[in-house]
Amino acid sequence: MRRVGVIGAGHGRFGRRSDATVQELAFEAYRRELADAKLTRREIDASVIAAVPEYHKQRSVAGVVQEYLNLNPAPTWLTEVACASGSAAIRTAWMAIASGLHDVVAVIGCQKMTELSTAEILALMGRVGEVQWESVFGTTFPAYYALFATRHMHEHGTTHEQMLLTAVKNHHYGAKNPKAMFQKPISLEKALASEPVASPFCVYDCCANADGAVCLILAAEERARSLSEHVVWLDGLGAATASISVLRRPDLTSIPSASQAAEQAYRMAGVSAKQVQVAEVHDCFTIAELMAYEDLGFCKKGEGGRYIEEKRAYIGGETAVNVDGGLKAKGHPIGATGVSMAYEIVSQLRGEAGERQVPDASVGLTHNVGGIGQYCFVHVFRRE
Amino acid sequence: MFSWFGMVSFVPYTKVHEFAVWLKEGRLMGSVCKGCGHTTFPPRADCPECLSAEFAYKEWSGRGKLYSLTTIAAAPTGFEEHAPYRIGLVELEEGGRLLAWLGESLPAAEATVGAPVQVVPRILGEREELRVLYSIERPGTTWGRSPFAAG
Ligand SMILES: [Zn+2]
Repeated sequence: MRRVGVIGAGHGRFGRRSDATVQELAFEAYRRELADAKLTRREIDASVIAAVPEYHKQRSVAGVVQEYLNLNPAPTWLTEVACASGSAAIRTAWMAIASGLHDVVAVIGCQKMTELSTAEILALMGRVGEVQWESVFGTTFPAYYALFATRHMHEHGTTHEQMLLTAVKNHHYGAKNPKAMFQKPISLEKALASEPVASPFCVYDCCANADGAVCLILAAEERARSLSEHVVWLDGLGAATASISVLRRPDLTSIPSASQAAEQAYRMAGVSAKQVQVAEVHDCFTIAELMAYEDLGFCKKGEGGRYIEEKRAYIGGETAVNVDGGLKAKGHPIGATGVSMAYEIVSQLRGEAGERQVPDASVGLTHNVGGIGQYCFVHVFRRE
Repeated sequence: MFSWFGMVSFVPYTKVHEFAVWLKEGRLMGSVCKGCGHTTFPPRADCPECLSAEFAYKEWSGRGKLYSLTTIAAAPTGFEEHAPYRIGLVELEEGGRLLAWLGESLPAAEATVGAPVQVVPRILGEREELRVLYSIERPGTTWGRSPFAAG
Protein backbone atom coordinates (compact mmCIF):
# COMPACT_ATOMS: atom_id res chain seq x y z
CA MET A 1 0.00 0.00 0.00
CA ARG A 2 1.10 3.54 -0.71
CA ARG A 3 2.06 5.98 2.02
CA VAL A 4 -0.42 8.86 2.42
CA GLY A 5 0.34 12.41 3.50
CA VAL A 6 -1.47 15.67 4.13
CA ILE A 7 -0.40 18.38 1.67
CA GLY A 8 -2.94 21.09 2.38
CA ALA A 9 -5.18 22.25 5.17
CA GLY A 10 -7.75 25.01 5.61
CA HIS A 11 -9.85 25.94 8.65
CA GLY A 12 -12.86 28.27 8.75
CA ARG A 13 -14.03 30.17 11.82
CA PHE A 14 -16.13 28.12 14.25
CA GLY A 15 -19.12 29.57 16.06
CA ARG A 16 -22.68 30.64 15.49
CA ARG A 17 -22.55 31.32 11.77
CA SER A 18 -25.98 32.63 10.92
CA ASP A 19 -24.30 34.45 8.03
CA ALA A 20 -23.61 31.40 5.86
CA THR A 21 -24.98 28.14 4.45
CA VAL A 22 -23.16 24.89 5.03
CA GLN A 23 -21.70 24.92 1.51
CA GLU A 24 -20.54 28.51 2.00
CA LEU A 25 -18.81 27.46 5.21
CA ALA A 26 -17.17 24.59 3.34
CA PHE A 27 -15.98 27.04 0.69
CA GLU A 28 -14.13 29.19 3.26
CA ALA A 29 -12.05 26.26 4.41
CA TYR A 30 -11.65 24.80 0.93
CA ARG A 31 -10.28 28.02 -0.59
CA ARG A 32 -7.62 28.20 2.14
CA GLU A 33 -6.76 24.56 1.70
CA LEU A 34 -6.30 24.82 -2.07
CA ALA A 35 -4.10 27.87 -1.63
CA ASP A 36 -2.16 26.07 1.06
CA ALA A 37 -1.60 23.02 -1.13
CA LYS A 38 -0.85 25.18 -4.19
CA LEU A 39 -3.26 23.00 -6.11
CA THR A 40 -5.87 23.70 -8.72
CA ARG A 41 -9.25 22.07 -8.27
CA ARG A 42 -8.82 19.89 -11.37
CA GLU A 43 -6.04 18.02 -9.56
CA ILE A 44 -8.48 16.76 -6.93
CA ASP A 45 -9.57 13.25 -7.86
CA ALA A 46 -12.36 12.86 -5.30
CA SER A 47 -13.72 14.35 -2.11
CA VAL A 48 -15.06 12.82 1.07
CA ILE A 49 -17.58 14.92 2.98
CA ALA A 50 -18.03 14.54 6.73
CA ALA A 51 -21.31 15.82 8.12
CA VAL A 52 -24.17 14.62 10.29
CA PRO A 53 -27.29 14.98 8.14
CA GLU A 54 -29.99 15.35 10.79
CA TYR A 55 -28.83 18.89 11.64
CA HIS A 56 -29.20 20.18 8.10
CA LYS A 57 -32.36 21.30 6.34
CA GLN A 58 -30.53 20.54 3.09
CA ARG A 59 -30.65 16.82 2.42
CA SER A 60 -27.73 14.86 0.93
CA VAL A 61 -25.21 17.58 1.69
CA ALA A 62 -22.21 15.96 -0.05
CA GLY A 63 -23.54 16.68 -3.53
CA VAL A 64 -24.43 20.24 -2.63
CA VAL A 65 -20.95 20.95 -1.28
CA GLN A 66 -19.29 19.26 -4.25
CA GLU A 67 -21.23 21.49 -6.64
CA TYR A 68 -20.62 24.72 -4.70
CA LEU A 69 -16.88 24.05 -4.59
CA ASN A 70 -17.02 23.49 -8.36
CA LEU A 71 -15.62 19.99 -7.96
CA ASN A 72 -18.07 18.26 -10.33
CA PRO A 73 -17.64 15.78 -11.98
CA ALA A 74 -15.13 14.34 -9.47
CA PRO A 75 -16.81 11.73 -7.24
CA THR A 76 -17.87 12.50 -3.69
CA TRP A 77 -19.50 10.64 -0.83
CA LEU A 78 -20.54 11.22 2.76
CA THR A 79 -19.19 9.59 5.90
CA GLU A 80 -21.34 9.66 9.01
CA VAL A 81 -20.45 8.26 12.41
CA ALA A 82 -21.84 11.00 14.68
CA CYS A 83 -19.13 13.21 16.23
CA ALA A 84 -16.39 11.05 14.66
CA SER A 85 -17.54 11.64 11.07
CA GLY A 86 -14.51 13.82 10.29
CA SER A 87 -12.00 11.14 11.21
CA ALA A 88 -14.02 8.54 9.34
CA ALA A 89 -13.71 10.74 6.25
CA ILE A 90 -9.93 10.93 6.72
CA ARG A 91 -9.75 7.16 7.10
CA THR A 92 -11.83 6.73 3.95
CA ALA A 93 -9.60 9.12 2.01
CA TRP A 94 -6.54 7.23 3.26
CA MET A 95 -8.04 3.96 2.01
CA ALA A 96 -8.90 5.44 -1.38
CA ILE A 97 -5.33 6.68 -1.83
CA ALA A 98 -3.42 3.77 -0.29
CA SER A 99 -5.35 1.35 -2.48
CA GLY A 100 -4.28 3.20 -5.63
CA LEU A 101 -7.82 4.18 -6.62
CA HIS A 102 -7.19 7.93 -6.27
CA ASP A 103 -4.03 10.04 -5.97
CA VAL A 104 -5.35 13.28 -4.44
CA VAL A 105 -8.43 13.39 -2.21
CA ALA A 106 -10.03 16.35 -0.43
CA VAL A 107 -11.61 15.75 2.97
CA ILE A 108 -14.24 18.32 3.85
CA GLY A 109 -15.80 18.34 7.31
CA CYS A 110 -18.70 20.77 7.46
CA GLN A 111 -21.61 21.26 9.79
CA LYS A 112 -24.29 23.76 10.55
CA MET A 113 -25.90 23.02 13.88
CA THR A 114 -27.52 26.35 14.62
CA GLU A 115 -30.02 26.38 11.76
CA LEU A 116 -32.31 24.21 13.86
CA SER A 117 -34.57 25.86 16.44
CA THR A 118 -33.94 25.31 20.14
CA ALA A 119 -37.03 23.06 20.21
CA GLU A 120 -35.64 20.93 17.39
CA ILE A 121 -32.24 20.74 19.12
CA LEU A 122 -33.88 19.67 22.40
CA ALA A 123 -35.85 16.98 20.57
CA LEU A 124 -32.67 15.67 18.93
CA MET A 125 -30.90 15.84 22.28
CA GLY A 126 -33.55 13.49 23.70
CA ARG A 127 -32.70 10.83 21.11
CA VAL A 128 -28.90 10.68 21.32
CA GLY A 129 -28.93 7.43 23.26
CA GLU A 130 -30.51 4.08 22.64
CA VAL A 131 -34.15 5.03 22.08
CA GLN A 132 -35.91 1.78 22.99
CA TRP A 133 -34.77 1.35 26.60
CA GLU A 134 -32.93 4.56 27.56
CA SER A 135 -34.16 7.72 25.81
CA VAL A 136 -37.70 6.96 27.05
CA PHE A 137 -36.47 8.06 30.49
CA GLY A 138 -35.26 11.44 29.29
CA THR A 139 -31.54 10.74 28.94
CA THR A 140 -29.34 13.40 27.35
CA PHE A 141 -25.83 13.44 25.93
CA PRO A 142 -24.36 15.18 29.02
CA ALA A 143 -26.21 12.70 31.23
CA TYR A 144 -24.49 9.74 29.60
CA TYR A 145 -21.06 11.20 30.16
CA ALA A 146 -22.18 12.15 33.67
CA LEU A 147 -22.78 8.44 34.33
CA PHE A 148 -19.15 7.86 33.33
CA ALA A 149 -18.04 10.76 35.54
CA THR A 150 -19.92 9.47 38.58
CA ARG A 151 -18.35 6.08 38.11
CA HIS A 152 -14.85 7.50 37.56
CA MET A 153 -15.20 9.51 40.77
CA HIS A 154 -16.33 6.39 42.62
CA GLU A 155 -13.61 4.06 41.34
CA HIS A 156 -10.66 6.44 41.14
CA GLY A 157 -11.44 9.30 43.48
CA THR A 158 -11.49 11.76 40.59
CA THR A 159 -12.96 15.13 41.54
CA HIS A 160 -15.18 17.54 39.68
CA GLU A 161 -12.48 20.20 40.09
CA GLN A 162 -10.00 17.96 38.29
CA MET A 163 -12.47 17.52 35.42
CA LEU A 164 -12.99 21.27 35.14
CA LEU A 165 -9.23 21.86 35.04
CA THR A 166 -9.34 20.42 31.50
CA ALA A 167 -11.85 23.15 30.58
CA VAL A 168 -9.62 25.79 32.19
CA LYS A 169 -6.68 24.51 30.11
CA ASN A 170 -8.66 24.35 26.89
CA HIS A 171 -10.06 27.86 27.29
CA HIS A 172 -6.54 29.07 28.11
CA TYR A 173 -5.36 27.83 24.72
CA GLY A 174 -8.63 28.66 22.94
CA ALA A 175 -8.00 32.30 23.85
CA LYS A 176 -4.99 32.13 21.52
CA ASN A 177 -6.86 30.51 18.62
CA PRO A 178 -8.54 33.00 16.25
CA LYS A 179 -10.68 30.19 14.77
CA ALA A 180 -12.22 29.27 18.14
CA MET A 181 -15.82 30.01 19.13
CA PHE A 182 -14.78 31.12 22.65
CA GLN A 183 -11.55 33.10 22.91
CA LYS A 184 -11.51 34.03 26.58
CA PRO A 185 -9.72 32.28 29.44
CA ILE A 186 -11.89 31.07 32.35
CA SER A 187 -11.14 30.49 36.02
CA LEU A 188 -11.88 27.32 37.95
CA GLU A 189 -14.12 29.33 40.29
CA LYS A 190 -16.19 30.64 37.40
CA ALA A 191 -16.47 27.15 35.91
CA LEU A 192 -17.57 25.63 39.22
CA ALA A 193 -20.23 28.30 39.66
CA SER A 194 -21.86 27.72 36.25
CA GLU A 195 -25.42 26.35 35.89
CA PRO A 196 -25.99 22.63 36.55
CA VAL A 197 -26.57 20.41 33.50
CA ALA A 198 -26.36 16.78 34.65
CA SER A 199 -24.57 16.16 37.94
CA PRO A 200 -21.66 16.43 38.42
CA PHE A 201 -21.56 18.49 35.21
CA CYS A 202 -22.33 22.15 34.92
CA VAL A 203 -22.24 24.32 31.80
CA TYR A 204 -18.43 24.55 31.72
CA ASP A 205 -18.10 20.77 31.62
CA CYS A 206 -19.85 20.71 28.24
CA CYS A 207 -18.79 21.74 24.76
CA ALA A 208 -21.10 23.86 22.61
CA ASN A 209 -22.86 23.17 19.32
CA ALA A 210 -21.28 25.22 16.56
CA ASP A 211 -21.14 25.81 12.83
CA GLY A 212 -17.94 25.44 10.90
CA ALA A 213 -15.90 23.71 8.23
CA VAL A 214 -12.38 22.37 7.81
CA CYS A 215 -10.64 20.85 4.78
CA LEU A 216 -7.58 18.70 4.25
CA ILE A 217 -5.96 17.44 1.08
CA LEU A 218 -4.36 14.04 1.21
CA ALA A 219 -2.15 12.61 -1.50
CA ALA A 220 -0.18 9.52 -2.39
CA GLU A 221 3.50 9.70 -1.42
CA GLU A 222 4.95 10.46 -4.83
CA ARG A 223 2.40 13.18 -5.61
CA ALA A 224 2.67 14.53 -2.09
CA ARG A 225 6.46 14.92 -2.32
CA SER A 226 6.23 16.62 -5.70
CA LEU A 227 3.54 19.05 -4.49
CA SER A 228 4.70 19.90 -0.98
CA GLU A 229 7.87 20.49 0.97
CA HIS A 230 6.28 19.88 4.34
CA VAL A 231 4.17 16.78 4.00
CA VAL A 232 2.65 15.52 7.24
CA TRP A 233 2.31 11.75 7.00
CA LEU A 234 -0.71 9.85 8.22
CA ASP A 235 1.17 6.77 9.34
CA GLY A 236 -1.07 5.18 11.95
CA LEU A 237 -4.80 4.53 11.78
CA GLY A 238 -6.93 2.79 14.37
CA ALA A 239 -10.68 2.41 14.60
CA ALA A 240 -13.02 0.44 16.81
CA THR A 241 -16.59 0.38 18.05
CA ALA A 242 -18.43 -0.32 21.29
CA SER A 243 -22.08 -0.66 22.27
CA ILE A 244 -24.21 2.46 21.92
CA SER A 245 -26.09 1.37 25.03
CA VAL A 246 -24.70 2.04 28.50
CA LEU A 247 -26.53 -1.10 29.54
CA ARG A 248 -23.93 -3.18 27.74
CA ARG A 249 -20.71 -1.38 28.70
CA PRO A 250 -18.92 -3.52 31.28
CA ASP A 251 -16.85 -0.54 32.42
CA LEU A 252 -17.92 3.11 32.64
CA THR A 253 -14.52 4.57 33.45
CA SER A 254 -13.08 4.31 29.95
CA ILE A 255 -14.04 4.22 26.28
CA PRO A 256 -13.02 0.73 25.13
CA SER A 257 -13.11 1.63 21.43
CA ALA A 258 -10.60 4.41 22.16
CA SER A 259 -7.99 2.20 23.79
CA GLN A 260 -8.39 -0.37 21.01
CA ALA A 261 -8.14 2.23 18.24
CA ALA A 262 -5.07 3.75 19.95
CA GLU A 263 -3.33 0.40 20.19
CA GLN A 264 -3.90 -0.22 16.46
CA ALA A 265 -2.69 3.25 15.47
CA TYR A 266 0.44 3.06 17.66
CA ARG A 267 1.31 -0.36 16.27
CA MET A 268 0.78 0.69 12.66
CA ALA A 269 2.87 3.85 13.06
CA GLY A 270 5.49 2.11 15.20
CA VAL A 271 5.30 4.70 17.97
CA SER A 272 4.47 4.50 21.66
CA ALA A 273 2.17 6.73 23.70
CA LYS A 274 5.20 8.40 25.31
CA GLN A 275 6.45 9.56 21.90
CA VAL A 276 3.29 11.57 21.19
CA GLN A 277 4.21 15.21 21.73
CA VAL A 278 0.91 16.80 20.81
CA ALA A 279 -2.57 15.34 20.86
CA GLU A 280 -6.06 16.43 19.97
CA VAL A 281 -8.55 14.50 22.07
CA HIS A 282 -12.34 14.42 22.06
CA ASP A 283 -13.26 16.60 25.05
CA CYS A 284 -17.00 16.80 24.40
CA PHE A 285 -17.32 16.73 28.20
CA THR A 286 -14.56 17.27 30.73
CA ILE A 287 -14.53 13.65 31.91
CA ALA A 288 -13.98 12.58 28.29
CA GLU A 289 -10.60 14.34 28.23
CA LEU A 290 -9.51 12.67 31.47
CA MET A 291 -10.55 9.27 30.12
CA ALA A 292 -8.68 10.04 26.89
CA TYR A 293 -5.40 10.57 28.79
CA GLU A 294 -5.89 7.09 30.25
CA ASP A 295 -7.25 5.32 27.15
CA LEU A 296 -4.41 6.69 25.00
CA GLY A 297 -1.80 5.58 27.53
CA PHE A 298 -0.56 9.07 28.46
CA CYS A 299 -1.05 8.00 32.07
CA LYS A 300 -2.25 4.94 33.95
CA LYS A 301 -5.93 4.15 34.31
CA GLY A 302 -7.42 6.25 37.08
CA GLU A 303 -4.67 8.87 37.00
CA GLY A 304 -6.31 11.25 34.53
CA GLY A 305 -7.26 13.67 37.30
CA ARG A 306 -3.68 13.91 38.52
CA TYR A 307 -2.38 14.25 34.96
CA ILE A 308 -4.26 17.52 34.50
CA GLU A 309 -3.68 18.70 38.06
CA GLU A 310 0.07 18.39 37.51
CA LYS A 311 -0.26 20.26 34.21
CA ARG A 312 1.22 17.38 32.26
CA ALA A 313 -1.26 18.09 29.41
CA TYR A 314 0.04 21.64 28.99
CA ILE A 315 2.79 22.74 26.58
CA GLY A 316 5.98 22.12 28.53
CA GLY A 317 4.43 19.15 30.36
CA GLU A 318 4.39 15.65 28.86
CA THR A 319 1.93 15.40 25.96
CA ALA A 320 0.38 18.77 25.06
CA VAL A 321 -3.35 18.14 24.70
CA ASN A 322 -5.93 20.27 22.88
CA VAL A 323 -3.71 23.31 22.58
CA ASP A 324 -6.10 24.72 19.96
CA GLY A 325 -8.80 24.93 22.65
CA GLY A 326 -10.33 21.52 22.07
CA LEU A 327 -14.02 21.02 21.44
CA LYS A 328 -14.57 22.99 24.62
CA ALA A 329 -13.28 26.35 23.41
CA LYS A 330 -13.36 25.87 19.64
CA GLY A 331 -16.97 24.67 19.60
CA HIS A 332 -18.08 21.32 18.22
CA PRO A 333 -19.53 21.36 14.69
CA ILE A 334 -19.84 17.60 14.80
CA GLY A 335 -19.05 16.77 11.17
CA ALA A 336 -16.07 19.15 11.09
CA THR A 337 -14.50 18.32 14.47
CA GLY A 338 -12.38 15.33 13.42
CA VAL A 339 -10.96 17.27 10.47
CA SER A 340 -10.28 20.25 12.76
CA MET A 341 -8.27 17.97 15.04
CA ALA A 342 -6.16 16.81 12.10
CA TYR A 343 -5.75 20.42 10.95
CA GLU A 344 -4.24 21.37 14.32
CA ILE A 345 -1.83 18.44 14.30
CA VAL A 346 -0.76 19.30 10.75
CA SER A 347 -0.11 22.92 11.82
CA GLN A 348 1.83 21.75 14.86
CA LEU A 349 4.01 19.32 12.89
CA ARG A 350 4.72 21.99 10.29
CA GLY A 351 5.73 24.36 13.10
CA GLU A 352 3.03 26.85 12.12
CA ALA A 353 1.01 26.96 15.34
CA GLY A 354 2.32 30.35 16.45
CA GLU A 355 2.15 31.07 20.17
CA ARG A 356 0.51 27.68 20.74
CA GLN A 357 3.40 25.82 19.08
CA VAL A 358 4.64 22.69 20.82
CA PRO A 359 8.44 22.90 20.45
CA ASP A 360 9.91 20.49 17.87
CA ALA A 361 6.68 18.56 17.46
CA SER A 362 7.22 15.63 15.13
CA VAL A 363 4.66 13.06 16.33
CA GLY A 364 1.01 14.02 16.83
CA LEU A 365 -2.23 12.18 17.42
CA THR A 366 -5.97 12.70 17.01
CA HIS A 367 -8.59 10.89 19.11
CA ASN A 368 -12.11 11.37 17.77
CA VAL A 369 -15.04 9.72 19.55
CA GLY A 370 -18.54 9.29 18.15
CA GLY A 371 -21.39 9.40 20.64
CA ILE A 372 -20.34 7.84 23.93
CA GLY A 373 -17.75 5.67 22.22
CA GLN A 374 -19.85 3.60 19.85
CA TYR A 375 -17.23 4.80 17.36
CA CYS A 376 -13.64 5.85 17.88
CA PHE A 377 -10.87 6.74 15.43
CA VAL A 378 -7.27 7.39 16.42
CA HIS A 379 -4.76 8.72 13.90
CA VAL A 380 -1.00 9.15 14.31
CA PHE A 381 0.68 11.83 12.19
CA ARG A 382 4.41 12.31 11.67
CA ARG A 383 6.79 14.57 9.88
CA GLU A 384 10.19 13.63 8.58
CA MET B 1 -48.21 -2.26 22.99
CA PHE B 2 -44.59 -1.30 23.34
CA SER B 3 -45.72 2.29 22.86
CA TRP B 4 -46.92 2.00 26.48
CA PHE B 5 -43.34 1.71 27.71
CA GLY B 6 -41.41 4.67 29.11
CA MET B 7 -42.15 8.28 30.00
CA VAL B 8 -42.39 8.93 26.25
CA SER B 9 -42.27 6.46 23.35
CA PHE B 10 -39.99 6.46 20.35
CA VAL B 11 -40.38 2.79 19.40
CA PRO B 12 -43.97 1.50 19.22
CA TYR B 13 -42.97 -1.73 17.47
CA THR B 14 -40.52 -4.44 18.50
CA LYS B 15 -40.37 -8.22 18.57
CA VAL B 16 -40.31 -8.00 22.37
CA HIS B 17 -43.47 -5.86 22.62
CA GLU B 18 -45.00 -8.21 25.22
CA PHE B 19 -42.44 -6.87 27.68
CA ALA B 20 -44.77 -3.90 28.19
CA VAL B 21 -47.77 -6.17 28.81
CA TRP B 22 -45.84 -8.13 31.45
CA LEU B 23 -44.71 -4.89 33.03
CA LYS B 24 -48.33 -3.74 33.27
CA GLU B 25 -48.96 -6.93 35.26
CA GLY B 26 -46.13 -5.96 37.58
CA ARG B 27 -43.61 -8.41 36.18
CA LEU B 28 -40.13 -7.52 34.97
CA MET B 29 -39.17 -9.87 32.15
CA GLY B 30 -35.87 -10.63 30.50
CA SER B 31 -35.38 -13.20 27.77
CA VAL B 32 -33.84 -16.64 27.53
CA CYS B 33 -32.68 -18.05 24.19
CA LYS B 34 -34.30 -21.37 23.29
CA GLY B 35 -31.26 -22.31 21.25
CA CYS B 36 -28.42 -21.90 23.75
CA GLY B 37 -29.96 -20.69 27.01
CA HIS B 38 -28.31 -17.26 26.84
CA THR B 39 -30.22 -14.78 29.00
CA THR B 40 -30.52 -11.04 28.44
CA PHE B 41 -31.99 -8.01 30.10
CA PRO B 42 -33.51 -6.00 28.51
CA PRO B 43 -35.05 -8.86 26.53
CA ARG B 44 -34.14 -9.38 22.90
CA ALA B 45 -35.76 -11.55 20.27
CA ASP B 46 -32.59 -12.51 18.46
CA CYS B 47 -29.78 -14.26 20.30
CA PRO B 48 -26.46 -12.43 19.93
CA GLU B 49 -24.57 -15.64 20.80
CA CYS B 50 -26.10 -18.45 18.68
CA LEU B 51 -28.25 -16.24 16.40
CA SER B 52 -31.41 -18.17 17.21
CA ALA B 53 -34.63 -16.19 16.83
CA GLU B 54 -36.52 -18.41 19.30
CA PHE B 55 -36.82 -17.03 22.79
CA ALA B 56 -38.96 -17.15 25.93
CA TYR B 57 -39.58 -14.57 28.64
CA LYS B 58 -38.09 -15.12 32.06
CA GLU B 59 -38.88 -13.11 35.16
CA TRP B 60 -36.25 -10.95 36.86
CA SER B 61 -36.52 -10.13 40.57
CA GLY B 62 -35.69 -6.46 40.09
CA ARG B 63 -33.08 -6.63 42.84
CA GLY B 64 -29.78 -5.05 42.04
CA LYS B 65 -27.13 -2.48 42.86
CA LEU B 66 -26.91 1.11 41.76
CA TYR B 67 -24.03 1.24 39.26
CA SER B 68 -24.07 4.95 38.46
CA LEU B 69 -26.39 7.94 38.60
CA THR B 70 -26.89 11.56 37.61
CA THR B 71 -29.42 14.32 38.18
CA ILE B 72 -30.52 15.91 34.92
CA ALA B 73 -31.17 19.65 35.11
CA ALA B 74 -31.13 20.45 31.39
CA ALA B 75 -33.96 18.31 30.05
CA PRO B 76 -34.86 17.35 26.48
CA THR B 77 -38.26 17.76 24.80
CA GLY B 78 -41.08 16.20 26.81
CA PHE B 79 -39.17 16.23 30.08
CA GLU B 80 -38.90 19.96 30.77
CA GLU B 81 -41.60 19.96 33.46
CA HIS B 82 -39.90 17.11 35.34
CA ALA B 83 -36.42 18.65 35.65
CA PRO B 84 -34.45 18.16 37.74
CA TYR B 85 -34.89 14.38 37.73
CA ARG B 86 -32.57 11.59 38.83
CA ILE B 87 -31.47 8.78 36.53
CA GLY B 88 -29.79 5.63 37.71
CA LEU B 89 -28.14 2.64 36.13
CA VAL B 90 -28.79 -0.64 37.95
CA GLU B 91 -26.76 -3.82 37.77
CA LEU B 92 -29.42 -6.52 38.10
CA GLU B 93 -28.98 -9.58 40.31
CA GLU B 94 -29.96 -11.97 37.48
CA GLY B 95 -27.69 -10.19 35.00
CA GLY B 96 -27.99 -7.26 32.66
CA ARG B 97 -28.56 -3.63 33.45
CA LEU B 98 -31.42 -1.20 33.39
CA LEU B 99 -31.71 2.55 33.26
CA ALA B 100 -34.59 4.35 34.99
CA TRP B 101 -35.57 7.18 37.28
CA LEU B 102 -34.81 7.02 40.95
CA GLY B 103 -38.11 6.89 42.83
CA GLU B 104 -39.16 8.84 45.90
CA SER B 105 -38.49 5.98 48.32
CA LEU B 106 -34.77 6.50 47.67
CA PRO B 107 -33.56 9.71 49.33
CA ALA B 108 -30.39 11.37 48.05
CA ALA B 109 -28.35 10.08 50.99
CA GLU B 110 -29.19 6.48 50.07
CA ALA B 111 -28.77 6.93 46.34
CA THR B 112 -25.06 6.21 46.10
CA VAL B 113 -22.96 4.05 43.81
CA GLY B 114 -23.10 0.45 45.03
CA ALA B 115 -26.30 0.86 47.06
CA PRO B 116 -28.73 -2.09 46.95
CA VAL B 117 -31.97 -1.16 45.19
CA GLN B 118 -35.25 -2.65 44.03
CA VAL B 119 -36.59 -2.03 40.52
CA VAL B 120 -40.37 -1.68 40.72
CA PRO B 121 -42.83 -1.86 37.78
CA ARG B 122 -45.09 1.16 37.57
CA ILE B 123 -48.17 2.38 35.79
CA LEU B 124 -48.59 6.08 35.20
CA GLY B 125 -52.35 6.37 35.33
CA GLU B 126 -52.78 10.10 35.30
CA ARG B 127 -51.87 10.56 31.70
CA GLU B 128 -54.39 10.32 28.89
CA GLU B 129 -52.74 7.20 27.54
CA LEU B 130 -51.48 4.17 29.41
CA ARG B 131 -47.79 4.41 30.34
CA VAL B 132 -45.92 1.55 31.95
CA LEU B 133 -42.39 1.81 33.26
CA TYR B 134 -40.21 0.94 36.19
CA SER B 135 -38.43 2.98 38.81
CA ILE B 136 -35.47 2.43 41.12
CA GLU B 137 -36.54 2.22 44.75
CA ARG B 138 -35.35 1.31 48.21
CA PRO B 139 -35.03 -2.49 48.74
CA GLY B 140 -38.33 -4.03 49.81
CA THR B 141 -40.49 -1.55 47.91
CA THR B 142 -43.40 -3.30 46.25
CA TRP B 143 -45.38 -2.56 43.14
CA GLY B 144 -47.60 0.49 43.30
CA ARG B 145 -49.29 2.81 40.88
CA SER B 146 -48.16 6.33 40.01
CA PRO B 147 -44.85 6.52 41.80
CA PHE B 148 -43.93 10.02 40.77
CA ALA B 149 -46.78 11.72 42.65
CA ALA B 150 -47.80 13.26 39.38
CA GLY B 151 -48.46 16.95 39.49
ZN1 LIG C 1 -28.69 -18.41 21.76
